[in-house]
Amino acid sequence: MVIISFLTLIYAFVTSDFSNETVYNNSHTAKPLFYKISGTWGNHEGSLLLWLLVLTIFLFLFVIDSKNLSQRYRTLTLFFQEIIILGFLLFILFTSNPFSNIFPVPIEGTGLNPILQDPALAIHPPILYLGYVGTSIIFSSALGAIISGSINKSWASHIKRWVLISWVFLSIGILLGSIWAYYELGWGGFWFWDPVENVSLMPWLCLTALLHTVFTLEKRGTFQSWAIILSITTFSLSMSGTFLVRSGILNSIHTFANDPSRGVFILCFLFVLIFISIFIYFFYQKTITVDPTKTFLMSKETAVLINNLFMMFFLSVVLIGTVYPIFLEVINNEKISIGPPFYHKLIIPFLIPFLFFMAIGPNIKWIKDKMVKINLKDIFIFVISIVISYIFVNKFGVSYLLSLPLFILSLFLFFVTIRDFFGKNINISQKISHFGFSLLILSILLNGVLAKEHSSNMRVGDEIKFLNKIIQFQNIEVIKKQNYQTLIGKFNIVDENNSLSLKPEIRIYDQPQTITSEADISSTIFADNFLVFNIIKNDGFYNVRYQIKPFMIWIWISVLLISLGGILSLKKKNV
Amino acid sequence: MSKNIKLISIVLFALFSFFILLKGLDKSNTYSPSIDKSKIDFNFKSKYLFSEKEVFLNELLKNEGMTLINIWASWCLPCKDEHAYLLKLKSLNNLNIIGINYKDNEKNAKKFLSELGNPYTNIITDPNGINSIELGAFGVPETYLIENKSKLIIKKFIGPIDDKSFTQLTKIIQ
Amino acid sequence: MNKMKILLKLIIIFLLFQNFSSAETSQKVDKISKNLRCLICQGQSVYDSQSDFALSMKILIQNKIDEGKNDEQIYDFLKNKYGEWIVYDPEINKNTFLLWVLPLILFVFGGILIFRKVSIK
Repeated sequence: MVIISFLTLIYAFVTSDFSNETVYNNSHTAKPLFYKISGTWGNHEGSLLLWLLVLTIFLFLFVIDSKNLSQRYRTLTLFFQEIIILGFLLFILFTSNPFSNIFPVPIEGTGLNPILQDPALAIHPPILYLGYVGTSIIFSSALGAIISGSINKSWASHIKRWVLISWVFLSIGILLGSIWAYYELGWGGFWFWDPVENVSLMPWLCLTALLHTVFTLEKRGTFQSWAIILSITTFSLSMSGTFLVRSGILNSIHTFANDPSRGVFILCFLFVLIFISIFIYFFYQKTITVDPTKTFLMSKETAVLINNLFMMFFLSVVLIGTVYPIFLEVINNEKISIGPPFYHKLIIPFLIPFLFFMAIGPNIKWIKDKMVKINLKDIFIFVISIVISYIFVNKFGVSYLLSLPLFILSLFLFFVTIRDFFGKNINISQKISHFGFSLLILSILLNGVLAKEHSSNMRVGDEIKFLNKIIQFQNIEVIKKQNYQTLIGKFNIVDENNSLSLKPEIRIYDQPQTITSEADISSTIFADNFLVFNIIKNDGFYNVRYQIKPFMIWIWISVLLISLGGILSLKKKNV
Repeated sequence: MSKNIKLISIVLFALFSFFILLKGLDKSNTYSPSIDKSKIDFNFKSKYLFSEKEVFLNELLKNEGMTLINIWASWCLPCKDEHAYLLKLKSLNNLNIIGINYKDNEKNAKKFLSELGNPYTNIITDPNGINSIELGAFGVPETYLIENKSKLIIKKFIGPIDDKSFTQLTKIIQ
Repeated sequence: MNKMKILLKLIIIFLLFQNFSSAETSQKVDKISKNLRCLICQGQSVYDSQSDFALSMKILIQNKIDEGKNDEQIYDFLKNKYGEWIVYDPEINKNTFLLWVLPLILFVFGGILIFRKVSIK
């Protein structure tokens, strides 16, 4: 088994080298070297090769990592992993061979889609894939463990590392994608509830639930079946993500070259894996030794279960929201759109209790805790949060009904985690992640509530008043670059005491011919000034959109903190 | 026993999802609304092209027969291709064709018609595109065949008229 | 030269006037257009798009607001023309009932499972 995996690894290496060469043919000579390389995974074939490559590397690492575990379990895990690799290999060979020859050999390629020619996006796919593929190890290992009957504390501490790795990569991958969307797609949002974004969020939610469950399993040896189910689900979600994105079944901003035959293949492969895992789960279920100890209401176990409940709820909202239109269209032939309002309505109300449990949950002890644990300090913090939120809401006249409790509770979590940093026997990684999460919710909330924007059509020389500022459109400069031509607009944002100069661009790429707008963003710790302009048909006029996005940078920082918590947890031997 | 029921229900559900998704693959992503829904209120006012007079679209539809409404613009390339078909339709059946000149300037529109011929009985303008939205249009070119009496759309073509749609149209008209 | 000045003044007055009168309605237009799918674009809202279709749509919404129509009437008007597909916020009817309720059912179901597993004493 090990040898086979080695061979596949070598094979994948060789092939990806080859693919680099084919990509040289397929890309444009005028493209910078960096994007030539990232062009390898910018297309469908190359990205699948990357999948395969990462799969094999992970398998190799798994073999090294699991040396001290039982031989039977290792072999079984490798077996399932080989099945996955084989599936992808067949997929590549039959439906999307990256080496299929074009004859006669074209002199110039069609080039990489310009909006993908961006540093953040160049590293986004590999990192996201590391996360996705990590879930495949969790999947195989869960199946291996259930058959060999070795689901116990040592399995948990072994698999925990893989869960953490995948989780960290997935978080950073999502973050990168979101940053890219923020400054490249040019309309100032960072999350659109677009299907493609949703499919990366789903495994993340599931992994987060699994992470908490695995911690419990490691400490207390409970929830074995649930951990297995979550492991299987996580991988299935990653796979269906690939299916939904690659088959073109969904209508999304992120269009990939689509081909239904690929869709059919991934779909069949996905369901074969799902069926295998369902049957294995049901037939080997008896190997799971049911833990005789009870779970008490006031215990960390319950807190973990509550976390899982909320995670599963968020997951179901995202999953149902994403696939419901497909189902409805097939059954009823009616086409509907499900957009941000749907997700907001269902998720935001549930965030309120979720934040509350997140604040108190980690401080509850394992096994059993006293009921009356709410001390004066907690109440004090809670009151402070209420007062601050009240002042804030009054000052800015926020009318949204739900923002007040949401604000109170995210502040509550914020303060509780800060306080806990100074407590004794703290779990630093968990604190950082939870702190990051409270910061995330806070900054998203503030960002949503306080954002201001203005859009209008301007010509060079025009001035527009907006709030207490004046937006001046000073001039336009045309510059020829290596593979595109760029129009740089110079804008000045002047308010009472200072002036800010922003230079957004409109790029006209020649290979393939596309126009993209590059926003210019000036970030401070308090707010981002975001300005983007577009060509419109009326001669001389440009559509200019100016946005003030408060606390934007904190959204990125908080996600980094969340991931940092995961990395720290990895480093520790014993959490 | 209950374990088996669980297993069977999960498997059935998975199979169900599988077939739905499989079928979903065949569905196209381009969207066109079903025709029976688009009952259109033709009662909006618009300016004649090359004149300052205004008219309700309603008044341009006759009481008998059919009317073809065609959205076009001089800057739209596919409109040039379909123009020949419109001229043929006009000469064949003496059809009442109403043009809606979409986001165009009058000079270019005039040039376009003098070069390629004018198949339209009447042309009204749509300087900012909102009249076309009243008709439920996506852009240019787009063509509607309307039964005058019931004011219902019989046939709708999104994109330029080609050989296939032309034969369809002539069949329906005759 | 004089003409230029007059023209410039006119433009400034026009811009000022537009800013003054449209501050409130333009916010309403933004709100509605964010909730509409730009039908000829790939997964973009009317608000975000600069396509001909989206630009016209924004003018149309503006006009409808000026006519005194409320949000509901505007959505209904557009749904009548383009179908449910155009709105991002699906309303609850027999088609979308499951969409809204299924996550909630799952939540309650999960809650019951936990409650049964956890012993109170």
